[in-house]
This record gives sequence, structure tokens and C-alpha cells, in this order.
Amino acid sequence: MGASVVAVGRDEKRLSETLSLLDGYSHVSFRLDLTQINDYSDTIERFPKLDGIVHCAGIRHLTVCKMITAEDIDTQFDVNFKGPVLLQSSLLSRKKVKKGASIVFIASLAYAAAGIGNAIYSATKGAIISYANCLKVELAPRLIRVNCISPAMIQTDMIHQHDVTEDMLEADQQTYLFKTYGTPNDVANLTVYLLSDASRWMTGSNIELTGGAPKI
Amino acid sequence: MNFDEFLANFAEQFDDTDPSEIAKDTIFHDLEEWSSLTGMSVIAMAKMMYGKTVTGADIRSCITVEDLFHMIESK
Repeated sequence: MGASVVAVGRDEKRLSETLSLLDGYSHVSFRLDLTQINDYSDTIERFPKLDGIVHCAGIRHLTVCKMITAEDIDTQFDVNFKGPVLLQSSLLSRKKVKKGASIVFIASLAYAAAGIGNAIYSATKGAIISYANCLKVELAPRLIRVNCISPAMIQTDMIHQHDVTEDMLEADQQTYLFKTYGTPNDVANLTVYLLSDASRWMTGSNIELTGGAPKI
Repeated sequence: MNFDEFLANFAEQFDDTDPSEIAKDTIFHDLEEWSSLTGMSVIAMAKMMYGKTVTGADIRSCITVEDLFHMIESK
């Protein structure tokens, strides 16, 4: 796209790694913990004005419903919901979002697909989609687009947590129409489309990116 | 409440309106960017910055920015 990227995250090493994979030299990164708004709000002042924002921080812990604790709820909601919502609020109040910008939330198909142990994670994704649905209304007067992407299983470290074996993952992939999970690039390509002017008439959409995943 | 500070805070609620367009006697309902959304931002501003609770009807009863200042101050 030729964009200048402002990358934000907790892990300095992964931030550097991300920047090193990008073409061009105009990218910057900020090490911020998005769950700690009081610590980072002044740093936002140093951000340039943004044409696009991708909220893609996320964590997932599996816990069966009868074992859910307040800590399980807070931990996942802090990163998957509160973090992006407060970051977005801070960017808007500090006038860092340009007119005609595009905002993308990486949600998950889990918002609508049931899974054992996935209740809180699913709820965080449902919550962010509902939030985005209201945000689109408030930002429409400035022609700012707000959309969500809800991917099914993507081949990242996240899917290898919680004692899941390679055999289990392979068997699950066979239930997809395309017989394989998606890749981070698949999500990135759709994100690029939503950030670009090619999607200039799209707002309030939640695109399910699934490779034909079965919905339970 | 200090008026100049209030004026700056009020102007801050707008994204595309230059602060120089907003003065004491500005009829804020006539500003191109004024909308129910800006009204809600002003209600939130009154609460957060001045600890005052105002309603949409309170705001509708004001004509100029100065009216708005006095209305919020009187709460």
C-alpha cells in the first residue's frame, strides 16, 4: 500500500521484527501496553494523524463455563475489548484520526461459533463487534469507515495453546471446505482492502473470513 | 469557571471547525459541524471537566456559547 506504519504493542522484540519486515523507512513503533491507558495517553500526542487504524491485539484463554473467574473475564476483556476501545477513544479525543480514515477491528468467528471453553473469548469478540457497530454511526459524518473482520482459525501461535495436538488441529482443518486453516496473510490482505479506498462505501460490516469453516 | 478555558474546551469538541470560528457570541447551533453528537460531547464535557449535569434540553435552550457557559456554570 505504500503506507507509513505506526506499530504499537507490548513486546519490543516483536515490534522490531514487524518493522523489519516492512518495505520503506518511514515506519515507527511505540512500546505501549494498551491495557494501561493512564501510562500511554501522553504518548498518543506524539502519533501522526492516521489514515487507517487496525485493532489487532488479542488473547484467548480457554476455560469451561463452570470454572470462569473474575480474573478470566478481566484478563481477556482488558486486551480484546477495553484496550482497543480506550485506544480508539484516546485517538479520537486527541484528533489523531483523519477525515475519511478507515478503522478495522480484527474480531473472530468465535463471536458466533460456539466452542467448549471459549465463552469469554467469544464474548469479547461479540462485544467489540457491537462497539464497532455504534462507532460507525458516530464517525460517519466525517466519512470514517468502521469495519470488522471475523476470521475462523488462523495459523498462529494462539491455536497451539492449551494442550492442543497437531493431530487435533489437522482433523479440525479437514472440516473446513478448503481443508486448511487461514494464514495471517489472508487476514492482512482483507485488512489492506478495508484500509484502502477500494472499500470506500463499506462501513459497519463484519466480514467472516473462514475458508468454509463449519459454524456450530 | 473561567470563560476562556471553557471556550477552548468547547471548541475542542469539534473536529473540523477551526477554533477561530468559535467566539463568545457564536450561535453554536448554526455551526456546520454542530450535531446531536457534538451535543452529547458537550454534555460529557460538562460532567467530566466541571462536574455539572446538563441535559439536551438545557443545551437547546442556549443560543450563544456565552449562554452555554452561564447555563453550565449555574448548575
